[in-house]
Amino acid sequence: MTDLTRLSAADLADKLASGDVSSVEATRAHLDRIAAVDGDVHAFLHINAQALDTAALVDAARAAGEKLGPLAGVPVAIKDVLCTIDMPSTAGSRILEGWVPPYDATVVAKLRASHLIPLGKTNMDEFAMGSSTEHSAFGPTHNPWDLDRIPGGSGGGSAAAVAAYEAPLALGSDTGGSIRQPAAVTGSVGVKPTYGGVSRYGAIALASSLDQVGPVTRTVLDAALLHDVIGGHDPRDSTSLSDVWPSFADAARAGQKAENLKGLRIGVVKELDGPGFQAGVSQRFHEALTVLEQAGAEIVEVSAPNFEYAVAAYYLILPAEASSNLAKFDSVRFGLRVNPVGGGTVEDVMSATREAGFGPEVKRRIILGTYALSAGYYDAYYGSAQKVRTLIQRDFDAAFAQVDVLVSPAAPTTAFKLGEKLEDPMAMYLNDVTTIPANLAGVPGMGLPIGLAPEDGLPVGIQIMAPARADARLYTLGATLERLLEDKWGHTLISQAPELSLSEMLAATEGAV
Amino acid sequence: MSEITTDVVAHLANLARIALTPEEIEKLTGELGAIVDSVAKVSEVATADVPATSHPIPLSNVFRADVPGQTLTTEQALAGAPEHDGTRFKVSAILGEEQ
Repeated sequence: MTDLTRLSAADLADKLASGDVSSVEATRAHLDRIAAVDGDVHAFLHINAQALDTAALVDAARAAGEKLGPLAGVPVAIKDVLCTIDMPSTAGSRILEGWVPPYDATVVAKLRASHLIPLGKTNMDEFAMGSSTEHSAFGPTHNPWDLDRIPGGSGGGSAAAVAAYEAPLALGSDTGGSIRQPAAVTGSVGVKPTYGGVSRYGAIALASSLDQVGPVTRTVLDAALLHDVIGGHDPRDSTSLSDVWPSFADAARAGQKAENLKGLRIGVVKELDGPGFQAGVSQRFHEALTVLEQAGAEIVEVSAPNFEYAVAAYYLILPAEASSNLAKFDSVRFGLRVNPVGGGTVEDVMSATREAGFGPEVKRRIILGTYALSAGYYDAYYGSAQKVRTLIQRDFDAAFAQVDVLVSPAAPTTAFKLGEKLEDPMAMYLNDVTTIPANLAGVPGMGLPIGLAPEDGLPVGIQIMAPARADARLYTLGATLERLLEDKWGHTLISQAPELSLSEMLAATEGAV
Repeated sequence: MSEITTDVVAHLANLARIALTPEEIEKLTGELGAIVDSVAKVSEVATADVPATSHPIPLSNVFRADVPGQTLTTEQALAGAPEHDGTRFKVSAILGEEQ
């Protein structure tokens, strides 16, 4: 019998629709896989105890002839930053340990309405602050390609879950690369949609002008199918765009079938292609450009001179917004409360709670944000960062006047060793040098695998960026590139990942319950 | 040179309501100094003629009809609270003895 965990979501959905496989069978296969490998990978913080019951209801609905969506019955993992009414939602923080929200995030409600099966909640850097998942209060996630290495972050749990075949689909959130960088280092696919394209209601906010929820998968078509489920206007999110979006799955299918890329102009961002990138990353990136060129695309070098200032602007804007957003963790309405020895005022309780409940990276960024917003420094730091944001948007506008899409490596290196950058915050921040500009400008970006670096055998990803609202271009080009590369290799990239050893441990169920 | 001192960090921690330990203040002072020195480069290009951008996609004010929506019940709103009396959140005294 087919191993159901190895199928793409699209193929699994076909088998579910034709009745070859039930959702209970598919869900059980993934729960068994989680039980077997998640003790080592630690992608999950919580497993949904109702998953099989939900799957049985979907099977019953299908048997009753109910009209179901294209991904009905397919299991999905959910990043722990998203509120779920039936599961704890901790955002990787002690301060929210065990907190069960009184409502679902809109994207979660949409998953349920489309009859997907939530498998559980995935690990992440605390409040999505990090590029390695090592800042989770509940221990790091391990990269399925090499368990001694980081799976990227902040959404390392979602990326590792799909890369380790624990789920065919996952949701992530991307504030400066938290979907695309984990995709790059785990050989998976991740998309940050146009800002406002997917609702942020019920996503525990990190930096509200940058955060965006998106799909994490093993194939481009699967990402498109999931984007179709979660996208669209939400009156509960005042930054949600009212656009009517095209079918991204149709865009991906068109890309799969495209005979060539004639007429497509692809811009290579000069500032994101040069020194500072690992040799094997640059090599695979340039080989991918050759593949695109041989398929008929025109490769154009473009300059984005202000991208050099993007990381600096980001590490002012993000901490400033985060220090405001995280003020709500005040020990009053939800989460942890720590009473100082000898008691104290509500302010003393608040300070003791935040001292005990926040980890080092969260404290670092709150203090930095408080500084950036202080009287006397506001104009020099936060004000200047907002001006850089304008300059970066202008760079994108100028580039997209010349080309249809932009490309760069999705991350400057392959997966590094756990612990390697933990004590050097600036080194960790530079992991997102390629992904941050898209967040500052609100444009969509996709990370997808393009090979293994010769020096270490680890996955390398390319990033594709499109103008705001042109997310469909990512799926069309992404699907074409994926097909061209797989035709050349004769296999998928993820199939080259080493087999994980299986255990009978049920570690996955012991997480942050 | 950065102007981040332990006194500055202690003051910021107080503003941010985080009871940092002296060891944390010491460590953060060094780290923040390095980070601030690095991010200060934004001022190199942020000249007076560049307008600030606070939001990636321009949107006008977003309104909805002024009608009651679905809201949380008292029970739901209190469900995650560290302490409550069934109808209200419970907190410690707001004012200290010297106030």
